[in-house]
Amino acid sequence: MKIDQFALLPAYAAALTAIVALVVDLVAPGRRGPVLAVSALGSAATAVAAWVVGAAGPSRQTFCSPAGCSYVFDRTAAVVAVVFALLTLGALAFSTPALRGGIPSGEYCFLLAASLTGGVVLGAARDLITLVVAVETLTLPLYALVGLRRRVIASAEAAVIFFVVSVVSTAVTLLGAALLYASTGAVHFRALAEALAARDRLVSLPLVTVGVVLVLVGLGFKVAAVPLHAWAPPTYDGAPLPVTAYLSTASKLGGVVAILLVTVQALRPWLDVTGPLLAVLAAATMTVGNLVALRQRRMVRLLAWSSVAQAGYILAPLGAFAFASGRSDAALRVLVAASVAYAIFFAVLELAAFGAVIALRGDRDGGEIADYRSVGRRAPWIAGALTLALAGLAGLPPGLAGLFAKVTVVRALLAGGAAWLAVVVALNAVIGLAYYVRVATTLFVLAPADANGGTQSRPRLPWSVAVGLAVVTLVGLVVGFAPQVVLGAADLAAGR
Amino acid sequence: MSAGQGLLVATLVFPAAGVVAAAAAPARLDRVGRLAGLVAAAATFVASLLLLPHGEPRVPQGAPIRPWHEIDLPWVPGLDLRFHLGVDGVSYPLVVLTALLTLLCCGYTLWRVPEPGHGRLLVALLLAIEVGILGVFVSLDLVLFFVFFEIVLLPMYAVIAIWGGERRRPAARKFVLYTLFGSVLLLVGVFVVVSKAGTADLIRLTGGGGLARGTQLLAFTLLALAFAVKSPLWPLHTWLPDAHTEAPTVGSVILAGVLLKMGTYGLLRVGVGVAPEGARWAAPVLGALAVAAIVIAGLVCLAQVELKRLIAYSSVGHMGFVLLGIATLTATGTQAALIGNVAHGVITGLLFFLAGAIKDRAHTGRLMELGGLRETAPGLAGLLGYAAIASLGLPGLAGFWGEAFAVVAAVQRGWMALAVVAAAGAALAAAYFLRLLRQVTHGPAVGKLSRPGLSRAELLSWGPLVVLALALGLVPAVVLNLSADAARALAEVVR
Repeated sequence: MKIDQFALLPAYAAALTAIVALVVDLVAPGRRGPVLAVSALGSAATAVAAWVVGAAGPSRQTFCSPAGCSYVFDRTAAVVAVVFALLTLGALAFSTPALRGGIPSGEYCFLLAASLTGGVVLGAARDLITLVVAVETLTLPLYALVGLRRRVIASAEAAVIFFVVSVVSTAVTLLGAALLYASTGAVHFRALAEALAARDRLVSLPLVTVGVVLVLVGLGFKVAAVPLHAWAPPTYDGAPLPVTAYLSTASKLGGVVAILLVTVQALRPWLDVTGPLLAVLAAATMTVGNLVALRQRRMVRLLAWSSVAQAGYILAPLGAFAFASGRSDAALRVLVAASVAYAIFFAVLELAAFGAVIALRGDRDGGEIADYRSVGRRAPWIAGALTLALAGLAGLPPGLAGLFAKVTVVRALLAGGAAWLAVVVALNAVIGLAYYVRVATTLFVLAPADANGGTQSRPRLPWSVAVGLAVVTLVGLVVGFAPQVVLGAADLAAGR
Repeated sequence: MSAGQGLLVATLVFPAAGVVAAAAAPARLDRVGRLAGLVAAAATFVASLLLLPHGEPRVPQGAPIRPWHEIDLPWVPGLDLRFHLGVDGVSYPLVVLTALLTLLCCGYTLWRVPEPGHGRLLVALLLAIEVGILGVFVSLDLVLFFVFFEIVLLPMYAVIAIWGGERRRPAARKFVLYTLFGSVLLLVGVFVVVSKAGTADLIRLTGGGGLARGTQLLAFTLLALAFAVKSPLWPLHTWLPDAHTEAPTVGSVILAGVLLKMGTYGLLRVGVGVAPEGARWAAPVLGALAVAAIVIAGLVCLAQVELKRLIAYSSVGHMGFVLLGIATLTATGTQAALIGNVAHGVITGLLFFLAGAIKDRAHTGRLMELGGLRETAPGLAGLLGYAAIASLGLPGLAGFWGEAFAVVAAVQRGWMALAVVAAAGAALAAAYFLRLLRQVTHGPAVGKLSRPGLSRAELLSWGPLVVLALALGLVPAVVLNLSADAARALAEVVR
């Protein structure tokens, strides 16, 4: 079998980054700078490689068999890989305080780059086995990363919860994939779609239905969708903050990509089954996430529950597959593009929010929301960035990016004929605002200590965090005024 | 870019620049920041005045909307969003009113900053609100309209939550959640229309744009609910009294003076214009609710014991007249709604300025604890009497025309019963305003005022409103002539 090494270039770049980070740590032990610099360069190189390979004309494919190719690096894969690499870059920039706090930098960067490798391969995976392997490569390093805060019980707990739920969900996905394979004899997406299209030739329809449901529910774990969502709050709260930022953006994006690939490519003829399932998952996810977030007192837990709710918005456009009008080729592309666009908008805003939290908290955990009082006076710029990110997550100006994200989803849902889901999304936005506005207001309330003239010390702001936060916030502002950039990328990914 | 197009963009760019300038000023240069904001507001006002009719509109004769000035640029093709602005007879008076009230509020803030200070930020937020409101009035693209509609929410929340009265937080939260509820319905309604019609161009959409009846009914229901929250229309008004009462003086002025007009303007231009079939279907319900609002607000006002709360509830009644005018779907009704909007903005703006001044001096807003203002502060008492009489609709002052024409339009439409009840509601307004005057200005003097006289800044910021209330009452043609063509064209479309 001939292997197209050029198509694999982005994956090589990511994997090489991981190895080089480890080697550099061996050569210069205990020094953070070189390791971080090498990892950042590697991530950037991965993004460039992905863009070059993906944009270089026809899609490159490899690992082909008569049933189809397992690895296709097309525009979709390119967009996914670029976004992944950029998010990793962001997470690295926000890592300095955590690494100063005693987390071993060599292992940290190695694990992060290893996870990036999984993300890069994921976008190009075109059979169920490659997909599951890619998702696992993406997730496995995160177990260790979540538990990296030494002698912190919450961190160890978080790692165990994450590990257990992840293993269960992988088992669920694998069981579903096995049932599909048993019913059709195919694992490649195209072959699977062809086999599933001929329903009367399938041995047992219920068996296939169970397989479909299991695959999607299992993958729903990655995006923290109901019913596999409860791991997110304790895991996010226990993990080091930059890892949480990565978990809630890149890792979540990985789940979205996996669900999209499976739903649209492999299970295309079964949209009438996946559509209602995804609609219910989306509606339940956003409603549960928002309602529980209302009661949170800890910052990261609140952001975690809000990100559960956001996962619901990301999945919502796919719910329109439940309607015949949403299953035409044109409508399908619009819906997929809306989902991808929302995911990208969300990733930018969420990264900005976590960047601001890290800038305020240093290597500590997220703390109580009440700890954030007086921030508006002590660190007005960071408070402004956090407010902007929260407004965006709530979908309101001045966070125009978030507004356009909501608009994209509602527009796609109405074009797809799912008016009720659009109304559910819209009403959830109102519930969401209730807690976002509470947090944002807290920033500008004076703490009793400050009101009496006392000042609280704030950890020193490393330049990498400052630059990272400034860049992410700026990106958030720019895509707010030029949302067409993100919509165009999403269209590319959706194959228009 | 022609001069008119430049002016249109300038009305949005000037206040936006003011936001940046005022917010960027360091804390020790607070006054400079406020001054920069004031300059931006003044420039905006001048630009808005200059938007007067000029030349022949691009849109041909007979079109439902014929903007004098228009600019149309692509922005986000992926969302059907174009940067399409225009000003015509319906929007022009409101644009000028918005620019004027913001200018007066910025000037007032230069003189007096409510607790807890940071006046430059207050000015920045007022200008941000102005961007949103002006944008709503000049948008000719439905999606753009929605975007501007949303801009207002968080700045207004911040104004109430930071500079408001004692119970500001709950009031601000209620305001922002309630009005966001309206906004999201607007979002759904807008895209119901856009996805079915395939365009977001308001000029092409006005008149139904070939939408099916079912779509129009759904769209109008969603849009009317959205705008009814903002206007507000009884029974969706409950956010208003708290927000108005707790907001700082300038916040109340902007809130009552122009923010509510986004609802009535939206109902007229977007609701009625885009879904005329739906409007015809729902008109009787709207009319009945509007009259209910007039009567109920009047009765509630009779029992109010707090100054700002009373004025807030009176707003519900006045907006009831405006909505009644819109609901008749006639040219007269549309005209009544327009002049009613402007008059209410001028008079209620003035009333809230006065209420704020009284509360500042007496340190209470309870009617029981006020009294004898006529003796202790004759200037203030005189102005309050003037504004109250203007508000209750005395002929010769601005408040009269909107209410009278609304009742006339209801009669023309054949809604005799509604017209009679609405007229009786106007009498209620006279009752509660006279009760207000009896308690506050007459009677024995209770308590002491800290500054009985009027400062020059107060006179400067109130003067234009005092003059306008009289001028609009004597020469309503100023507004009516501007909007006559537009109102007739709209009524034609709906028929």
